Amino acid sequence: MTRAVRGRPRIVFEDVSVEFPVEDGRLSVVDRVSLSICEEEFICIVGPSGCGKTTLMNVAAGFEHPCSGRVTLDGKPIEGPGRNRGVIFQEYGVFPWLNVRDNILFGMRLRSSRVPASEQEAICQKYLDLMGLKDFANAFPKTLSGGMRQRLAIARAYAAQPEFLLMDEPFGALDAQTRSKMQNLLLDVLQREGKTVLMITHSVDEAIYLASRIVVVTARPARIKKIIEVPFAYPRREGLQETPEFGALKAYVRDLVMAEYEVQQQLGSASAGPA
Amino acid sequence: MIVPLQYLCVVNSARLETPIEKHLRHWALLILPWGMLIAAWQAVAVSGLVNPGLMPTPGQVGGKLVELLLGGSLGIDILRSTQRVVIGVFLGILVAVPVGFLIGWYKNARTFLDPLINFFRALPPIALIPLVVVYFGIDEPAKVIILFYASFFAGVIVMYEGVAQISPIFVKVSRTLGASDGEIFLKVIVPLTMPHTLTALRVALGVAWATLVASELLAAQQGLGALIQSAGSFFQIDIIYVGIVCIGSVALSMDLALRAFTRRLIRWQDRVEAQ
Repeated sequence: MTRAVRGRPRIVFEDVSVEFPVEDGRLSVVDRVSLSICEEEFICIVGPSGCGKTTLMNVAAGFEHPCSGRVTLDGKPIEGPGRNRGVIFQEYGVFPWLNVRDNILFGMRLRSSRVPASEQEAICQKYLDLMGLKDFANAFPKTLSGGMRQRLAIARAYAAQPEFLLMDEPFGALDAQTRSKMQNLLLDVLQREGKTVLMITHSVDEAIYLASRIVVVTARPARIKKIIEVPFAYPRREGLQETPEFGALKAYVRDLVMAEYEVQQQLGSASAGPA
Repeated sequence: MIVPLQYLCVVNSARLETPIEKHLRHWALLILPWGMLIAAWQAVAVSGLVNPGLMPTPGQVGGKLVELLLGGSLGIDILRSTQRVVIGVFLGILVAVPVGFLIGWYKNARTFLDPLINFFRALPPIALIPLVVVYFGIDEPAKVIILFYASFFAGVIVMYEGVAQISPIFVKVSRTLGASDGEIFLKVIVPLTMPHTLTALRVALGVAWATLVASELLAAQQGLGALIQSAGSFFQIDIIYVGIVCIGSVALSMDLALRAFTRRLIRWQDRVEAQ
């Protein structure tokens, strides 16, 4: 496999462990994870459901804090959520009381925004176009389909001009066709704007198609099982998924994930893990 | 599958209904129950089952209503009562919204305030009248206090239940977009709680009108409750009916106005639209 030249490390996990209080003591969710997310890199974290992947993302976002080890952004500890890290949640979280346009403008209109008022409208328009939402600019989210809400969530996160995108199974709830369309759209946008992405997914296909590196994590508590460089150059085209190389890598990653899935199944029947 | 012919006809006739027919049907459905009510009232009054002295006909009550409106002080009674209800509900909701928000949003506030609120909520406002008289006399403030009490406890519980159901995702999303605590409150919490505030207002208005007569038992000279009260002591059954009709009508108009206002203000909300 060819080793891609990576940019400088930005978000760095150093020996990070996370525990949650449960009825009978503490539940270890993330165990001594060390990982560097580098400039303009696309990292996918793959692992069985309930293993603690989302917790890793929450730590990078600043919603959770490690109980040992540390997470830094450009060397400074991450203390809370911030506008430089756009988060796209599994459940979208588009604001139902705002129409599509105002959802996109939300981040730019905040006091912490550095986008001058004169440019906001143009940026909003750009993402409306890019995400295919321009005919729905004045519609309320209740009238949008799942795929459109997801595109709106992405447009809103982008419009706030973050340096990082943290995505938690963003396409998990979409049908296969929409999902594939959204993946291509995401690759397209990233190609143009060059952002650093951390995506959580349980789809091995999605991880290989999108990521520059795949991090396979173990059953709970999440540890790094394997980091895999994806050898395919960007821009990627859909035909990639039919190539033998893709198939071989997929089989390899799938076996790693399936082994952990079996372990997690046994854990899962004992106690439900935190989301 | 064979669809029985009559169902097809029903479907077709519904589809082919012209806008005018639809309008007519709508108004017919609105007016019908009132017509039935008045007809039943008239039937009972003239049937001889009840002593005519004890039950005036709708016509007699209508006549009395016009007479009191034109010549008597009915206008002032309506005004005074409406004024008391509006002031009582306004003050009650003014306090209920922040308190309901506090106990809905903060667990500690809930533990602290919930038992107290449920204790006082169980007390009927009428039971407090003797105490209110002792402490506040029999003037205007005493009446407003009873209505305040009634609307506060009706409103606070609606507010609390509503706020407790708000998904934390919207707050998380706004933090990642760079919102400060103040911005989260003004731009996220306020719009999200607006539907509950309006529902609380509606419920409080209903309870306040229902408590009005009780509050005007306090030696009121004017007001619909006072009108009913004095008519009762002079055995003027028709005036009692006039008072009842007035309370119902004013309460209904206020509720309709509030609902129209609500529909405009929260167009974004997902509601099951009846066919």
